[in-house]
Amino acid sequence: MKNLKFLLVGICFGIILIKSEVISWFRIQEMFRLQSFHMYGIIGSAIVVAMISILLIKRFNIKTIHQKPIVIPDKKFNWGYVYGGLIFGLGWALTGACPGPLFAQIGSGILVTTVTLLSAIAGTWVYGLLREKLPH
Amino acid sequence: MDIIKQPWPWYVAGPLIGLIVPALLILGNKTFGISSTLRQICAACIPANISFFKYDWKKDTWNLFFIAGIVIGGFIAAHLLSDPGPVGINPKTIVALQQQGIKDFSGLLPQDIFSFKGLTTLKGFVFMVIGGFLVGFGTRYAGGCTSGHAIMGISSLQWPSLVATCCFMIGGFVMTWLILPYLLQL
Repeated sequence: MKNLKFLLVGICFGIILIKSEVISWFRIQEMFRLQSFHMYGIIGSAIVVAMISILLIKRFNIKTIHQKPIVIPDKKFNWGYVYGGLIFGLGWALTGACPGPLFAQIGSGILVTTVTLLSAIAGTWVYGLLREKLPH
Repeated sequence: MDIIKQPWPWYVAGPLIGLIVPALLILGNKTFGISSTLRQICAACIPANISFFKYDWKKDTWNLFFIAGIVIGGFIAAHLLSDPGPVGINPKTIVALQQQGIKDFSGLLPQDIFSFKGLTTLKGFVFMVIGGFLVGFGTRYAGGCTSGHAIMGISSLQWPSLVATCCFMIGGFVMTWLILPYLLQL
């Protein structure tokens, strides 16, 4: 049951996603049409708070609750970040949802999003299938 | 309670989302990211002998609990903590979308496109099935999504995540400004 705490963090995240309307297709449209600060404010302030938290964790050498060191793996650049990023951006504006909000939408009762989610899983699977042939 | 039931402003929701990052790190040295869960679902359910899905996915079951939590949280927020009503978006966005053919502004998503009935139409297929496919394919190709790159990656000062996030935004602008007007006419 050591994973139960992550379920609780997930519940908090799900509630925030709904209450801030991040999961709304309309909010994503507003963002890409540059007609509202809402989404930029949310992502921007989330980055700032996370950045300060990580600096504090490093500065005071904070360990996990199991007294293990906290290590954040480095991301190594490859061109997939560019090609994949552009492709995801196209999909984000179409569906109005990135992966987290897909799950929150389903929970909130928008059951048709299961179709979008299954399609996203299929997309991930096709990427796995074609990975060797794609430029990175 | 009334304050909780209203939509939360960005300066409340954003910092709370930011705190998920240290929460996961301190609870078990886990890095915030959702899209990797989609890979895990593939590895668990349909690995099909593809090398990309042959890894020890059981080591990362925490994030399956995390997404289960998101579903439950979505349920709680929608049923116990919400004050139903249309999303209060900028009237300019409403006018622009109306001109492009959106009629229903009552829910979180335009129900004239996103519904089971809509699935049988070309428009619904493009927005849900093609859109979902691009999200799943693109995030894995990019090695992360809004949570993993934009929030986790940038906040831990990783420049490749900044590149990825800029590409997310460019893709979104291209779709919204150049392609969407045509797709909404389908």
